[in-house]
Amino acid sequence: MDWRRFGFIFLVIAVLFGVVVAIGSKADSPVLIITSMLATTIAVATPLTLGALSGIFCERAGVVNIGIEGMMLGAAFFGWLAAIYMNTIFGFAPLPSLLIGVLFAMLSGGLFALLHAVLSVTYKVDQIIGGTVINILAVGVTGFLNRQLFFEKGSIFGGQVPHAPGVLPRIQIPFLADIPVAGRIFDQQPITIAAILLVIIAHYVLFYTPWGLRTRAVGEHPRAADTVGINVAFMRYANVVIGGMLAGLGGAYFTLESVPSFEPLMTNGRGFISLAAMIFGNWSPFGAWAASLVFGTAQALQINLQFYRPLIPDQWAFLQNSYIVGLAPYILTMLILTGIIGKTTPPAADGVPYEK
Amino acid sequence: MPEIDTKQAPQSGLSGIIKEAINSPLLVPLLAILTAMVVGGVIIAMVGGNPFAAYLGLAQGAFGSFKALSETAVWASPYIFAGLAVALAFKGGLFNIGAEGQLALGAVTSAWVGYALPDMLGITLPPILHISLTIGAGILAGALWAAIPGALKAYTGGHEVINTIMMNYIALNMVSFLLNGPMKDRTPGNVIARTPEIAESARIPIIFEGLRVHWGFVLALFIAFLAWWLLWKTTVGFEIRTVGMNPDAAKYAGINVKRTIVLTMALSGLLAGMAGAIEVTGLNYRHELGFSIGYGFDAIAIALLGKTHPLGVVLAAILFAGMRNGGTRMQFLTQIPVDIISVIQALILLFVAADAIIRYIYRIKVEEERVTLTRGWGG
Repeated sequence: MDWRRFGFIFLVIAVLFGVVVAIGSKADSPVLIITSMLATTIAVATPLTLGALSGIFCERAGVVNIGIEGMMLGAAFFGWLAAIYMNTIFGFAPLPSLLIGVLFAMLSGGLFALLHAVLSVTYKVDQIIGGTVINILAVGVTGFLNRQLFFEKGSIFGGQVPHAPGVLPRIQIPFLADIPVAGRIFDQQPITIAAILLVIIAHYVLFYTPWGLRTRAVGEHPRAADTVGINVAFMRYANVVIGGMLAGLGGAYFTLESVPSFEPLMTNGRGFISLAAMIFGNWSPFGAWAASLVFGTAQALQINLQFYRPLIPDQWAFLQNSYIVGLAPYILTMLILTGIIGKTTPPAADGVPYEK
Repeated sequence: MPEIDTKQAPQSGLSGIIKEAINSPLLVPLLAILTAMVVGGVIIAMVGGNPFAAYLGLAQGAFGSFKALSETAVWASPYIFAGLAVALAFKGGLFNIGAEGQLALGAVTSAWVGYALPDMLGITLPPILHISLTIGAGILAGALWAAIPGALKAYTGGHEVINTIMMNYIALNMVSFLLNGPMKDRTPGNVIARTPEIAESARIPIIFEGLRVHWGFVLALFIAFLAWWLLWKTTVGFEIRTVGMNPDAAKYAGINVKRTIVLTMALSGLLAGMAGAIEVTGLNYRHELGFSIGYGFDAIAIALLGKTHPLGVVLAAILFAGMRNGGTRMQFLTQIPVDIISVIQALILLFVAADAIIRYIYRIKVEEERVTLTRGWGG
């Protein structure tokens, strides 16, 4: 990551934190505000980080995946559904139900991704169209099943919203979570912690293992990879499915970690924003994580400002308007894509079907 | 992939007719629709419904009576405009996922001119003028909103796919803000986020007394013809299609590629804005929050099903309109949630996009001419 993008990330985070500290300092100490902002930022960046990792695996192998949004939405629904089934019908305790839910979320992400791989690798469909198909399919299937299973008379759950088994419990990281005040940052839920570990793992796999080398070869120069005996189609299939499972874990965040319920369209563009994080992070796991934190900060701004709403001075009245503050991540995305903060380069064969 | 010769010598007699039918550009979309309906039927059966009863209800509700036909035409009007918007962008090599936002802004701008302008000027406007101004404001808003990602694409390389999606969310936030605040209908007792009703003089008249179908449907058909004329009979259309097929060649031929990209997006947004304006002036007489949700994806499906050709878009829009309209009756008769329509439409799109699957299932050994749609991030 070059200095310009690093500087930009630092600047945006500093300014957004500064705004909240300036407003909230009448009520709370700056240290408390900053730690609570950081804790929120890390948590809300989770689906973005996982979405960006998903995109990295797909695109490093040469497959553009704009269906991450749909994969997340589908996974959010099916993971939630599985958790409810385990809890209410098979009588599992809440925690195992939720963990099985996470598993099913990853599985459904993987299945959506398999469809994307079939479309883009085998049938060589325009990959952006293929991804859009996934997005539309996910909206349709989750909307239909949500209504059919829960809100129709005579449906399995008798026409009412079922009792969900709650959300994944917090994990206090030993020692770190015991630090006074700042310990809050290390008191996070499991998918958030997994996302950070997966950033490290993804970096290692992509840049220090034969698998990663083959993946990158297939994404940069499939013909050369084919010549030295790498199975291009297999590598693309495998990485797209891995990407789908990561997006699925990101989807699980919405219904199993953040809130214990499902709403149609609840992913709200996070899948698309994570693509911007991937691009801004130059298709590298740590870069994408840093970019996800920027978007996370923009979202944390909105969440944390709510606590201090009465303290917002009149000349900053626009900050009281959640519609305006809510625009921050989207405008930031567009700004980043203009390339004024440094251009990045996609893998050379990104989006190009391989013809033998 | 095996290449099959499509240009065989014409054959006479029955086999010739069959060959003709197989070569028809309608064949693959029709088979895609059929296959999607079959898969949709299996899903309906799996959740305990009767697919035949469901589809019968769907067909009745869509095309079974004058009232049904009128309602289908009412649904089809914005679909035709929005489908044309996405199709026109595709012709220029651009993927406009932002039709939804352009439509919403078009609708809200139209509504404002519709209800606020007479009061502001303090006069009653003649209907012809007021309707034109109302629709004009809507299409202008849509065009400007779409020109932004167009300009970003042309001059900075920011990809229009992500930018148009981001602008959907920005538009949604802006419209929510307006409908809950400055533009909210202040009628006592109103809790819905919606604008006041537009003036009588800004409303498109209905065609038949007692039915809701309005002249906006006829306008949509005319605009579809106009889009065809623009794309295939004018220099601008030629430039748009050339840039869509090969921007490098277009540049070499002396076409101003950057300007054409901005223009294509603006025209696309204009059509999407018109979809919003037509709903406000012809049907709802106001803009309500949430009405525009889902139109963007439907428009993409319609454009692809119609093979990005205006005539195809009109047919696809009428089909989708029929399904949306008939879905309500299907739900009433069989208790199958109307959401199944979204699933079937997604499946149609899946099979249209991956026409290789359809050709494999039905053993159609004809390689069709590929439609240029989009290129990867590099584009």
